[in-house]
Amino acid sequence: MKRPIKVLLAKPGLDGHDRGAKVIANALRDAGMEVVYTGLHQTPEMIVEAAVQEDADLVSVSILSGAHMTLIPGVRELMNAAGLGDVRLIAGGIIPDEDAKTLLAIPGVAGVFGPGISTRDVITFIEGLFPARDAGA
Amino acid sequence: MMQTPDLLADLLARFSSGDVLAASRLMSIVERGGAAAETVLDALFTKTGRARRIALTGPGGAGKSTLVDGLTRRLRTAGQTVGVVAEDPTSPFSGGAVLGDRVRMTHAVGDAGVFVRSLASRGSETGISPLACELADVLDAFGRDVVLLETMGVGQVETRIRFAADTVAVVMTPESGDEVQSLKAGLLEVADVFVLNKSDRPGAHAFAADLTAIAGLRRRGEWVPPVVQTVGKEGRGLDALESALESHLQYLAETGRGELRRRDALRERVRALAEDAWREAWWRDPTARAEFDGMLERVAVGALSPYRAAREIARNLGPRTTR
Repeated sequence: MKRPIKVLLAKPGLDGHDRGAKVIANALRDAGMEVVYTGLHQTPEMIVEAAVQEDADLVSVSILSGAHMTLIPGVRELMNAAGLGDVRLIAGGIIPDEDAKTLLAIPGVAGVFGPGISTRDVITFIEGLFPARDAGA
Repeated sequence: MMQTPDLLADLLARFSSGDVLAASRLMSIVERGGAAAETVLDALFTKTGRARRIALTGPGGAGKSTLVDGLTRRLRTAGQTVGVVAEDPTSPFSGGAVLGDRVRMTHAVGDAGVFVRSLASRGSETGISPLACELADVLDAFGRDVVLLETMGVGQVETRIRFAADTVAVVMTPESGDEVQSLKAGLLEVADVFVLNKSDRPGAHAFAADLTAIAGLRRRGEWVPPVVQTVGKEGRGLDALESALESHLQYLAETGRGELRRRDALRERVRALAEDAWREAWWRDPTARAEFDGMLERVAVGALSPYRAAREIARNLGPRTTR
């Protein structure tokens, strides 16, 4: 039996806006994925702890606070240290193009999405990361 | 994902030394099913049976996650390690799910003594999926003192949840009143403890009185489920809930009912697995398939009723006793 793609969706940092994250969570569910949503104000340590316990196939963080240049590398490093080197990380939020380029150069950071991206694009991207599996199968 | 025997052996060895990631990956293997899952459950079975299992079931929005969070904190204060399996419904339309129980389980964060695993129901009816019980087995074998199972239920009463836990707490809110009227008997069958959460809302006391009356319908000499009023988000009533759970644990130990209940659960489990194995083997057997197809043909042309056909098939191919 296949397990649907399991995504850990987290909101690190201090900003209190999770509407975007909830929209993404529902869109991924409607695409047949299983989304573990952690809620607001997560530290990188909390996110990685959850990713370990849930054995998520993918970690997705949503960052609107502007702290992406510290949070994303921070989560990635902790993931590697926790034995999650094989689990990819994607990020969305208000992230300028130059920053996105820098972040994408980090091994294991598979995707960075700025404002204006459609949920359809995110779904297609994630499905592309798991070519051998069917979401919802 | 294919699992090589080496990888499995490595995971099992790390699991035995308390590696959380290994436990988590073994759970995923169990989730995917098949031969690898069986190998894992087989290897872990002798280590199970030590954890105390408590199920919290009830309608969505009743506040189960918040109560699980509160109970977890108390159990940790008492020095017990905790495993949580939180099951949420899969969307029947897409097959996907949003698993949001972690949002409410904030106290467990950063504590190595707490392991929370979310699970989608994946087409299993309301209540509890066999998979949730298997994940509880993994947590049990991992050495957790208490395993809390959180699951949606009560809409259609599910007696199977009795086999998943030593104690079942049915969590409701004052708004659940109407629903309860039609469920009296069924509720009694599953509930060891009634929890009336969000008891700061109107109607709570009247509903609690109703529940107490329902609980009193139990036969004499049997456990009478206590009714506990809580306000989970303020942590109110958790003392009472904890002592109700404790009393039930004592009752199970003193009367020997706990052992009987576990024995019943094992019987149900072996029965279900044996039936599955038999069914699977049956459909794989070409002789059985040919017999079935032949009978179906005769039913289709009106030569045989479905009932007669089924009898014939069972007589020709069924387990020895029916031949």
